[in-house]
Amino acid sequence: MAHLLTLIVILPLLGFLLNGLLGNRLGKAFVSAVGCGLPLLAFAAAVTAFQSLQAGGAPLLDIAFRWALVGDYAFEITFYFDRLSAVMTLIVTGVGSLIHVYSTGYMKDDASYARYFAYLNLFLFFMLLLVLGRSLLVLFVGWEGVGLASYLLIGFWFEDPEKARAGKKAFITNRIGDAGFLLGMFVIYSTLGTLEMDRINAAFMGPELPAVSASLIGILLFIGATGKSAQIPLHVWLPDAMAGPTPVSALIHAATMVTAGVYLVARLSGVYLHAPEASEVIAVIGVLTAFFAATIAVVQTDIKKVLAYSTISQLGFMFLALGVGAYGVAVFHLYTHAFFKACLFLGAGSVIHAMGGEQDVRKMGGLARKIPWTFGTFAVATAAIAGLPPLAGFFSKDEILWFAYASEAGGSPWLWALASFTALLTAFYMFRLLWLTFFGQPRMDQHTAQHVHESPPSMTGVLVVLAILSAVGGFLSIPHFLEGQLPLPAVDEHLHHLETPLIVTSVVIALAGLAGAAFFFGGDASRAARVRERFPGLHRLLSGKYYVDELYQAVIGRPLVWISDRIFLRLGDRAIIDGTLHGLTGLARFTAGLLGRVQTGSLHLYAWLVLAGIFACLAWSWGHV
Amino acid sequence: MSEAVMLNWVLFLPVLGIGLLVVAPRSRHDMLRGISFAVMALQFLLTLWLYLQFDADTAGLQFETRLPWIADWGVYYHVGLDGLNLLLVLLTAFLGPLVVAGAFSAIQKDVKLFYAMVFFIQFAMLGTFIAQDLFLFYVFWETMLIPMFLIIGIWGGERRIYATLKFVLYTAFGSILMLAAVIYLVYSLKTQTGISSFAFADLYGTRLPLDAQVLLFGAFALSFAIKVPVVPLHTWLPDAHVEAPTAGSVILAGVLLKMGTYGFIKLGFPLFPDATAVYTPAVMVLAVVSIIYGACLALVQDDIKKIIAYSSISHLGYVMLGLASLDLLGIQGAIIQMVSHGLTAGGLFLMVGMIYERCHSRDLAAYGGLAKLLPVYSVFFMILTLAAVGLPTTSGFTGEFLVLMGAFNAAWPLYEAGITWPLVLACTAVLGVVLGALYMLRLAQQFLFGESRAPHQPLVDLNLREKLILAAIVAAVFALGLFPDSFMHKTELAAREYQQLVAAQPAEAWVMNQPASGKSP
Repeated sequence: MAHLLTLIVILPLLGFLLNGLLGNRLGKAFVSAVGCGLPLLAFAAAVTAFQSLQAGGAPLLDIAFRWALVGDYAFEITFYFDRLSAVMTLIVTGVGSLIHVYSTGYMKDDASYARYFAYLNLFLFFMLLLVLGRSLLVLFVGWEGVGLASYLLIGFWFEDPEKARAGKKAFITNRIGDAGFLLGMFVIYSTLGTLEMDRINAAFMGPELPAVSASLIGILLFIGATGKSAQIPLHVWLPDAMAGPTPVSALIHAATMVTAGVYLVARLSGVYLHAPEASEVIAVIGVLTAFFAATIAVVQTDIKKVLAYSTISQLGFMFLALGVGAYGVAVFHLYTHAFFKACLFLGAGSVIHAMGGEQDVRKMGGLARKIPWTFGTFAVATAAIAGLPPLAGFFSKDEILWFAYASEAGGSPWLWALASFTALLTAFYMFRLLWLTFFGQPRMDQHTAQHVHESPPSMTGVLVVLAILSAVGGFLSIPHFLEGQLPLPAVDEHLHHLETPLIVTSVVIALAGLAGAAFFFGGDASRAARVRERFPGLHRLLSGKYYVDELYQAVIGRPLVWISDRIFLRLGDRAIIDGTLHGLTGLARFTAGLLGRVQTGSLHLYAWLVLAGIFACLAWSWGHV
Repeated sequence: MSEAVMLNWVLFLPVLGIGLLVVAPRSRHDMLRGISFAVMALQFLLTLWLYLQFDADTAGLQFETRLPWIADWGVYYHVGLDGLNLLLVLLTAFLGPLVVAGAFSAIQKDVKLFYAMVFFIQFAMLGTFIAQDLFLFYVFWETMLIPMFLIIGIWGGERRIYATLKFVLYTAFGSILMLAAVIYLVYSLKTQTGISSFAFADLYGTRLPLDAQVLLFGAFALSFAIKVPVVPLHTWLPDAHVEAPTAGSVILAGVLLKMGTYGFIKLGFPLFPDATAVYTPAVMVLAVVSIIYGACLALVQDDIKKIIAYSSISHLGYVMLGLASLDLLGIQGAIIQMVSHGLTAGGLFLMVGMIYERCHSRDLAAYGGLAKLLPVYSVFFMILTLAAVGLPTTSGFTGEFLVLMGAFNAAWPLYEAGITWPLVLACTAVLGVVLGALYMLRLAQQFLFGESRAPHQPLVDLNLREKLILAAIVAAVFALGLFPDSFMHKTELAAREYQQLVAAQPAEAWVMNQPASGKSP
């Protein structure tokens, strides 16, 4: 299999083309078979590639074709498969395939079934380009491509202008990040003369450092990452992205695409190891994003919005790990997060399905007995994200907290404290969600209550698989698996005695979150209501998401339109440029009118003018000849 | 030798087409359309054959014909293909049949004259691209004005007279200055070397004193910059586009605007390398201003055609930036960007024409949710929108990416040497990527998504003819986006030659050769 990696990438593309061109004609069975079959085949191919990677040890390389040759530099489309891309590829194709299967149940009655699967396969294609590309260019193609798929899927129900607008917002916010990405890529090309990521890392790991500042490159690429991975200040698109179908939120906006920024930084760890300033920025942005998103999640009432803010927050944890040099740990959390967050989103989808489209948790409650499979899996995933041992989230989050404290590459008690407090909030808002949704008295209307039903096996089956993975996934130590490629940062010798107390603390924190949620939202949630009434200002600030959208609108959006309209269009184009032109033509017309008056037809006048002309000529020649 | 004849066939086929139209009966519209399409299609096939025969590893002109025209003045009928005009000739020939086919249903008035004018302008445009003699070039350059003047003036919209006069006055103004510069240039060549020649190859060798170069470059550049158009010489474009019939807009956006950028790469910069060095900062600033200014204006338009018109200004700003960067990446990117813009803007104008035929409105606010009403139309519109945004895998990406990378690559060494402004410009140009997404997605959003409404219902989706036209364009967009290698291979040698001509330092400083010039810098 010389072109095994190309095959992995091409399979979903084939699905896109088949479903996109023929899907509507060939019926749902065909669409499902193609839509799920090809990603599963891609997963199988990825497993095969993984086996040969394990057998051979050296990264697999697969040169697909040459995109362009300019001067001596060839832009090649090459796929590269090492342990890091292996982990990513398996997550993308594995979780991706599961979500495709789930979608056959969730989207069963949608009129645009074929279009949905076509887009979903298109997404997988670009995502695989992103994780398998050897060069930053291929990664960027995938990077923009997943943005496109995300745009199309967020606005999947485009007849609702609100949803279409959310898609546009996602695309444009990402584009701002992409501008940073492009600049980073240009700096790399101009200084290192290559875009292949293994060569970039090698250039920085070699005996002589390149003349360019690693932090400059690091920051520029990180700007791209803040867009794709929804970090401050470009986080605003992700909550709105929940307008898309719920499996899309699970696949794109939780498990895979939004982790692309984490992958990018981990992939270029060679650069970031030499970029202490950039790493510090990443750690601080990461922990701040984690914290602020978690505070917003506490007051959200839309089940998907809670999960969206939770995703932003968890991505913040991953960036915190990257910022303190624990790249393998960040990928570890990416991996466990893919399971439990996909499980949570799909569980939320199952709830929404059962509730006939209702997403407001204030109108739910008491669903545990009615949809037991959904409840069970949701509960496991909630415990996993909250960090209860021995579930997957516990292991990865605990390692992040440990390195945030003890890493010699930027760890500090402050980072640890803020991250731990965020972990407390995480446990709190997740159990709050669990309580409001599944426990207590049902708050839905009679009609909805009667129709609550468990989802079909295609959906619950996937939930069970993901719940199992969320439970046991943490036992597979990804940091250890990746250690050869992404070594863990050195830890201060004197801090080793703190390791066990810190683990205990984080377990206590998770339990405290659980207890807090039970205390405030148990029963009729009246205690929570009382707190809300005590602090109305804080509640408004949090429900208003710190008014960041409004701020951007006021500072960037409106001024841009104002300048374009008033200054450029009305003043520049119409008044100055066209005004001058019209003035000139007016002047020409006016002068022509004046001169035209001379043409009276009166011979006397002409004779006088001729005479005057002759005299003028004589006078001139007098002086000059 | 026979291959060279083929290029002349390509050039004169439109004249033959006019001849056929003249003898065809006036009232047989189908026949007129059939003839026009067949001739255009034949022209494209011949051009494609030439393109495939073009040897990428040979520098200089291929398929060259050189015949004396006005021998006493040294004027020759001299045409040929090189890497600079090859893709543009291919683009022109490619769009020809599509323009003709696109107008089958739109043009019902004076069909015969209309297609004759389309042939006329096709002839003039191809002639301008392949001319290798300045006199011939100028004749073709001026000839283009006449059919365009008539196409807008006769088949245009309500304010067509205003628009067409504005277009002609703007362009004619530039051309007059260029004529004066041409005469001066040839005259100087004669006094310098004793030969009178209008051949590009000879003129490249004249190294005039800097002050003369500056003046002459100014005259040429003004003429070309109006055609591109570069801000602030652009206000004729939106008016011309809005009033022109679809075919006119497609020709205008698809090919005519590239005359300006082609003029710069073929004549303006290489004829006056020293002046270019002086003007480069100004050219780059104007290029970046065009990118940003055009994009901002596109953002606040309500007329769909105006949005695309202003986006053209922005997209051609990238071309100017790439050409002025003198980096091989930037030059190659600029060539690709020219073709890409021809395809995407041409395609979008065709699509606006298609909806206009159905609804008779170009007002963006009148539309919504076309994805529901016209699913096939919307897929094509979306693809072309994304190509205009420069999404990877489309031609727009290839062009924009290479141009920006080239501009940056040229600016970085200067930045390290302490000169920051080129880097600032390159970084500002990257902002255009964000603005591009803003205005194009605003258009797509309002047009395709949201509640379904249209000024005229029920709407019929694309027919086979329209689907085939758009499929051809989309195929070309992806070919340039996914596999630009073979295209760029054919242009590479010419791009290098251009780079050397412009970047070449004088063998001996010109001041010493020209002590009489009086002014030394």
